[in-house]
Amino acid sequence: MTRYILRRLLIALPVVLGVLLVTFMIQAVIPTDAVTAMYEGQVTEDEAEEAIAAIRERFGLDQPWYVQFGRYVTHVMQGDFGESVRLRRPVAEEIGYRFVNTLQLTGAALLIGILIGVPMGILSAARKDTWLDVGAMTVGLLGISMPAFFFGLLLILVFAVWLQWIPVVPRGGAALLLPALTLGLIEAAPLSRIARSAMIEILRRDHIRAARSRGMSELSVIMRHALPGTLLAVMTVIGLQFGNLLGGAFIIEVIFGWRGIGELGVKAIQWRDFALTQAIILISAGAHIGANLVVDVLYAWVDPRVDYET
Amino acid sequence: MSLPDGATPPPDTFQAEEPVVARRRGGFRWALGRLLRNPSARIGGGVVILILLCAAFAPWIAPHDPMAVDTLNRLQPPSAANWLGTDEVGRDIVSRLIYGTRYFLLICLTAASISAGVGIVLGLIAGAGAPWVDAIIMRFIDMLLAFPYILLVLAIVAILGPSLWTAMAAVGVAGIPGYARLIRSVALTVKREEYVEAARALGASETQIIVGTVLPNTISPLIVYLSYATPIAALSAAALSFLGLGAQPPAPEWGAMLVNSRSFLFTAWWAVAAPGLVIFIAIFAMNLLGNGLRDVLDPHDA
Amino acid sequence: MHEESGKDVPLLEVHGLRTHFGTGPGAVRAVNGVDLAVNRGEVLGIVGESGCGKTVLALSILRLVDAPGRIVAGQVLFERQDVLAMRPRALNALRGRDIAMIFQQPKASLDPVMRIGRQIAEPLRLRGGRTRAQAWREAVELLGAVGIPNPEEKARAYPHEISGGQAQRVMIATALALRPRLLIADEPTTALDVTVQAQILDLLRERCRALGTALILVTHDIGVIAQMADRVAVMYAGRIVESAPVAQILGDPAHPYTRGLMRSAPVMGLVQQRLREIPGGIPDLSRPLRGCAFAPRCEARATAGVARCDTQTPPPFLPTPEHTARCWLQAAAPAAEPAPAMWS
Repeated sequence: MTRYILRRLLIALPVVLGVLLVTFMIQAVIPTDAVTAMYEGQVTEDEAEEAIAAIRERFGLDQPWYVQFGRYVTHVMQGDFGESVRLRRPVAEEIGYRFVNTLQLTGAALLIGILIGVPMGILSAARKDTWLDVGAMTVGLLGISMPAFFFGLLLILVFAVWLQWIPVVPRGGAALLLPALTLGLIEAAPLSRIARSAMIEILRRDHIRAARSRGMSELSVIMRHALPGTLLAVMTVIGLQFGNLLGGAFIIEVIFGWRGIGELGVKAIQWRDFALTQAIILISAGAHIGANLVVDVLYAWVDPRVDYET
Repeated sequence: MSLPDGATPPPDTFQAEEPVVARRRGGFRWALGRLLRNPSARIGGGVVILILLCAAFAPWIAPHDPMAVDTLNRLQPPSAANWLGTDEVGRDIVSRLIYGTRYFLLICLTAASISAGVGIVLGLIAGAGAPWVDAIIMRFIDMLLAFPYILLVLAIVAILGPSLWTAMAAVGVAGIPGYARLIRSVALTVKREEYVEAARALGASETQIIVGTVLPNTISPLIVYLSYATPIAALSAAALSFLGLGAQPPAPEWGAMLVNSRSFLFTAWWAVAAPGLVIFIAIFAMNLLGNGLRDVLDPHDA
Repeated sequence: MHEESGKDVPLLEVHGLRTHFGTGPGAVRAVNGVDLAVNRGEVLGIVGESGCGKTVLALSILRLVDAPGRIVAGQVLFERQDVLAMRPRALNALRGRDIAMIFQQPKASLDPVMRIGRQIAEPLRLRGGRTRAQAWREAVELLGAVGIPNPEEKARAYPHEISGGQAQRVMIATALALRPRLLIADEPTTALDVTVQAQILDLLRERCRALGTALILVTHDIGVIAQMADRVAVMYAGRIVESAPVAQILGDPAHPYTRGLMRSAPVMGLVQQRLREIPGGIPDLSRPLRGCAFAPRCEARATAGVARCDTQTPPPFLPTPEHTARCWLQAAAPAAEPAPAMWS
């Protein structure tokens, strides 16, 4: 098992390097912009040019890109994400607690998505081509067509303004409720589709027919022989879905004012605060890769068909 | 299940003398005919055509100038003069939504062209070219796929700087990996077909093979994938505008229309609901049309 | 219910069974009016080329045909109860306990994510009322009985960890766990290595004999039939074209198709001149059949010059009392009891 994990880590290495290259480009493509942004409106043009030259030298921006990239990777590996020019403090300090907040949000959303989407998909598959299936699939299609930002605003409008079940500016656990619900309900749509098609595929297999030939009731066939395989199939995509949730968090956090990395990330891009942007995108992509790694390893552990010793 | 629950088999309906109707599968006319009979494609296609008409004839259809500010009549509820009310500076929401179809189409077309154009070229080169070229292209694709879709879009916006054009470019570039992988897999499959081997044996060049045999085979899966990927691209572009990273106010782009009216959610909810709902309906229609296309073109998922 | 008459009725009777795939004029008539009977404890072989509908026939008996396939007519009587009219509960009670089935792809027929022992124990526990521990113990015993070495250990294995031959042994153990009175085996050895085929057949015969279970053995291999069957039904284009006790079929086949089938396969213990394939292919089952389905491929027809083969479907003639053949060359023999009007 340890060897299997190590091998997965080794395979992930080039991907991580690629991610670093992309985030590095955020600073490499716009160095002057970034420097200008720091001094915007504070100095005259001549002074600015001088300052820019000085700063380019100080940050090593006058050196070839591979030297810069090498330094960038070294710094990241030491946990040094640079300093936010806008917040005037180290990036690492700021994003630490925000990352935890985002994980809370995406974790809760994933749970909601699974608890709603997977049973819906399984029910659809078991009752394929009935009104229930058509209804669930239509709801699913509506779900994947729903813009997250509009759905979030809609939920605020309905639950906080019209029904007044939730305060407009909630505190504590209640604050998590609406954003997690928005993200989770939207996530339920693709999950139900995945669960449905996995289940339909499994129900076509020979061993299901064999189980029926033994006089198992339809319910037993589904619960005992189709469900485990379906859940395994759903599990393989959970890592990817978690990544989508991280992306969705950028939108949801803005709507609900959730103080996660997404909300800060959008601001950072608007501010052109490259160190902050870099760090946030890097950490999100890293979390995505990490989640997929964890799911891979868990899957290998759970599914008897995967031989992780070789 | 062989028989519906508890049902006795129906009486013998066997009729030996009925003629077998000849059916021809394939071909553009055949596909179009089936598409027109598909209810979900009809509804979705109808809405998409409506959007096209709105975009083409916006100046004639729109009751008001979409940019005309009228601060005295700001945030008016729906009325006979302004069917969906007015926004925070008194512009007519209906007119802005109608003009917004132009942005919507522009975004869809630009994003799809970038994704499909670059994706097809990369996929063909990877699938039909030398193994080392394939390896390089696929590593590049893997790198892009390491990011969740929206995150990749945001990363590209961060590199290029926020604007409508970078938003479209970002959504387009983020869509490349999907197309490239699709086309590559088709190319790899076709390459192994016997008639391609035969063509090669007869001295056809690799370019001839790609243009002559691989490309035609990609059309059907490509249409299916387009119908699936384009709504996602449009949705992401709208989200970027909403985040202030795409189309900028006062452009009557649907996502951007939400940016300012958002603050008035509690007092003038229609100014938020109208553009939101229109995006939702447009995307839903595209997905419906896509479902219909998939039913017609994709034999696996009947 | 039918206590006193129980002994002389066949265990299973199939009358006029039709299973179609799809609807309308283009429907594929995979099973196109089949009659057959199986007696207690006997082995009935059903033989035919691939695509003749024999697998669909086997599935139809247990109503296991998936959509778009559909049983459109006929009766399946198990001890006079109509299987096709049963409600789901009664059908589930019949499946496994009265009629069991094993399939062509043994590895695919096992649940890939469930331990083998649990799969065998499952019907014992859910249908046979055993406790979990009892069912497991019995499953291990059953594994031993079908010749799996180290049954204790193998019971804990997953299907991907065993060979195809072992998987078919497991399938046999599972199917026979509730001691059914009829086992339907659909090409049980086709997917297996030649070397293990004979072992599996021996095992099938031995287990069925030990339990008094009748067997319907579906195969394309007339050699297997010669080894195993008491009676044989030869199937062609969705119909039974000839049926008789095995010695009569092998010794004196009445239908030209049967003769062709025997020429095309090496049969142990029979003197062969030369292996020859039957020329031509099976007819398109989505088109209505006129006359004898085998007529276009029939050599005998050409030499004998029978005209009505193309236009009239031959009824089952009886060359001997136990031997039926649907062939106009047998027209001199008496026709079978059911009114010939049915076959027009």
